[in-house]
Amino acid sequence: MLCVRIIPCLDVRDGRVVKGVKFQGLRDAGDPAERAAAYEAQGADELVMLDVSATPEGRATAVETVRHIRAELSIPLTVGGGVRSEANAGALLEAGADKVAMNTAAVEQPELLTRVATRFGAQCAVVAIDAARRLEGEGWEVVTRSGKHRTGIDAIGWAREAVARGAGEILLTSWDRDGTRSGYDLDLLTAASRAVPVPLIASGGANDPKHLIEAVHAGADAVLAASIFHDGDYTVRAVKQVMAAAGLEMRMEAGQ
Amino acid sequence: MSVVRVVRTGTANLASVVAGLKRVDAEPVLCADPDLLAKADRVVLPGVGALAAAMETLRGGLGDALSARVRAGRPTLAVCLGLQLLLEGSDESPGVPGLGVVAGHAHKFTGVGLRVPHLGWNRVEPDADCRLLRPGHAYFAHSFYLAEAPTGWAAARTTHGRAYVSAFERGPVLACQFHPELSGAWGLDLLRRWLEA
Repeated sequence: MLCVRIIPCLDVRDGRVVKGVKFQGLRDAGDPAERAAAYEAQGADELVMLDVSATPEGRATAVETVRHIRAELSIPLTVGGGVRSEANAGALLEAGADKVAMNTAAVEQPELLTRVATRFGAQCAVVAIDAARRLEGEGWEVVTRSGKHRTGIDAIGWAREAVARGAGEILLTSWDRDGTRSGYDLDLLTAASRAVPVPLIASGGANDPKHLIEAVHAGADAVLAASIFHDGDYTVRAVKQVMAAAGLEMRMEAGQ
Repeated sequence: MSVVRVVRTGTANLASVVAGLKRVDAEPVLCADPDLLAKADRVVLPGVGALAAAMETLRGGLGDALSARVRAGRPTLAVCLGLQLLLEGSDESPGVPGLGVVAGHAHKFTGVGLRVPHLGWNRVEPDADCRLLRPGHAYFAHSFYLAEAPTGWAAARTTHGRAYVSAFERGPVLACQFHPELSGAWGLDLLRRWLEA
């Protein structure tokens, strides 16, 4: 039986891990390769590295950072942030990413998903969807450009389309909850989980192992969290122990 | 250090398998030369990507060299799509024959509510006659599976919707549907045992 995956997320800018709410007020939080190795030792099942650099120089650095992390890491690595073309995706995969997450670029040019999936395989084409509850009416809309643009596109409909176009996994972030530590948007997870057959990673809002358990019960196959691990509130192992005790299937032998 | 020739199929993402081999003190060298593959002490057939595209590259010399190694029982490790390339074919690419050096066909996972791709960590349970494979959790990323163990091979099984063959071995020939290079300490230990087989 598949285990629930715990996925720490490293936000990386110019070769350093940074922390901040919605990319505002970023603080330095260490060397990416060191953090990655530490998370693997704690029992992380996978890592996401999100490149939050704002410049072309920063993007070039991200490829180097992936290379450094890969040399240390024996678990899967997904890289997102600024994947705008097949060439970007290829460079990150060649440097050692196992999957690439496409967000704004996939919304603006959905055929990118198809091209990446066809060339590199659906298992490495991840669609990252930032969803926010509609200001009026029901449901969620897709937001892009790090939350600056509300597209009006139905997030669940986009999830379906992205999978039809080749995405092999969905990284679904609640833009309302991200950085708030108030728990995942469970209704969003349930709606997305029912809509698509591919694995679903929950993101945005985790503060407590209880939140991660709720996300799995709501339909998530994997849970991504950043701040609870970075701030040292919990180790990955401690979170997994709580989840295993709650009856979830977890990989417990790692890093012990 | 033991040199390991990693087959360059043109479609595979090789960085992780190369990094994994380095971490267990092997010396991976990319290779697309049939003669070198035939003579090499150790060969890894990696696999990420689509079967038809990979078979295109293996058609002819490279594929023949690989098949000969497997038949002769020379140290060879096939990973993920690499396992499926050894088979007779796959639902992924109907009409495109695999190397056919191991009997079997890969089918697509189907089932109500079953997540496809089979992506993440799952339990590997080796049969008693396995020498390299040990029980533990491995990382998988695939949509097609081999249902029955090929005759003459020791197999390990995993359950995703149904029990299927997640690896098979015979002497120093090992084929894994999962990614040992992404399976943490358990996976690196398996790579070490293969390097000593």
